[in-house]
Amino acid sequence: MANSSLITDELRKLIGMTLETIVFKVEEGAIQRYAQAIGDPNPIYNDPDFASKTKYGRLLTPPGFTGWPTKAGRLSERLLESLAKAGAPSRLLDGGIEFEFFESVGAGDVLTATTKIADITERETRLGKTMFTTLETTFVNQKGNVALKSRSTFIMF
Amino acid sequence: MAKQVYCEDVEVGTEITPLAKIATTRMLVQWAGASGDFNPLHYDEDFAKAMGVGAPIVHGALKRAWLGHLMTDWIGEEGKLKKLSCQYRGMDYPRKMKTMQEPHDGEIWWCKGKVTKKYEQGDEHLVECEIWVENGKGEKTTPGSALVALPTRSGK
Repeated sequence: MANSSLITDELRKLIGMTLETIVFKVEEGAIQRYAQAIGDPNPIYNDPDFASKTKYGRLLTPPGFTGWPTKAGRLSERLLESLAKAGAPSRLLDGGIEFEFFESVGAGDVLTATTKIADITERETRLGKTMFTTLETTFVNQKGNVALKSRSTFIMF
Repeated sequence: MAKQVYCEDVEVGTEITPLAKIATTRMLVQWAGASGDFNPLHYDEDFAKAMGVGAPIVHGALKRAWLGHLMTDWIGEEGKLKKLSCQYRGMDYPRKMKTMQEPHDGEIWWCKGKVTKKYEQGDEHLVECEIWVENGKGEKTTPGSALVALPTRSGK
């Protein structure tokens, strides 16, 4: 059945591979634009004066904010390239994501994000033969603590 | 801001205060810029057709961010969001714009949820919730779950 599987030997080799490590600073303006795009007026994301008087002392990020510019925790061109080169199907949809939060993330924090390909699986869906790629990203803050982790799934068919 | 919800206020089955959202083509552009997701699937008609989804669709991550908004509004300043997850099961199509600011009439999306479990772990009072985004037809296109820690009225 080897010829009917979407997961080529080259794709199989990518499982467990670390894709990239990105270091980025969480910018105040990026947080504000992100909150505005969600339509969330919470002052802890929008108003630096308000935020400076809270116990956090700075703007916090809405859950799921992973920086801008960033390729971490989401589809990166490098991931697509690796998958395409290894013979993955070309049509792609975002399947979903799980976040686990450990420490608050706010303006001025510096995060180091490391993404690895946790798994590649396949099954028949209403899209036909479909491949699922799971990425795990760990975000470590400037204190050396894990601030959050994400696990996202991309659907290719 | 809504008033603080406490652990004592919730039980299994308690509804999370629903949150209404309207996806528009304008909002999708704003989200693309703010999130850095420039996949043409969300703004290019021909590309979206070629990808098999018919027309540009709402970013799954935007719907996930709406669910984050739902939860952080509900748990208030003293609550802590520990886990948030969702699956992008169904496509949603944004309303097109009538004027620069106003979309055409159409669908409203509701972010909703309810408590499924309540327990203590260590010194935390934890609450698990089933959450989802529901489209204008009542379909749950983005089901998910959340785990939160809530403060107690007694402070213990």
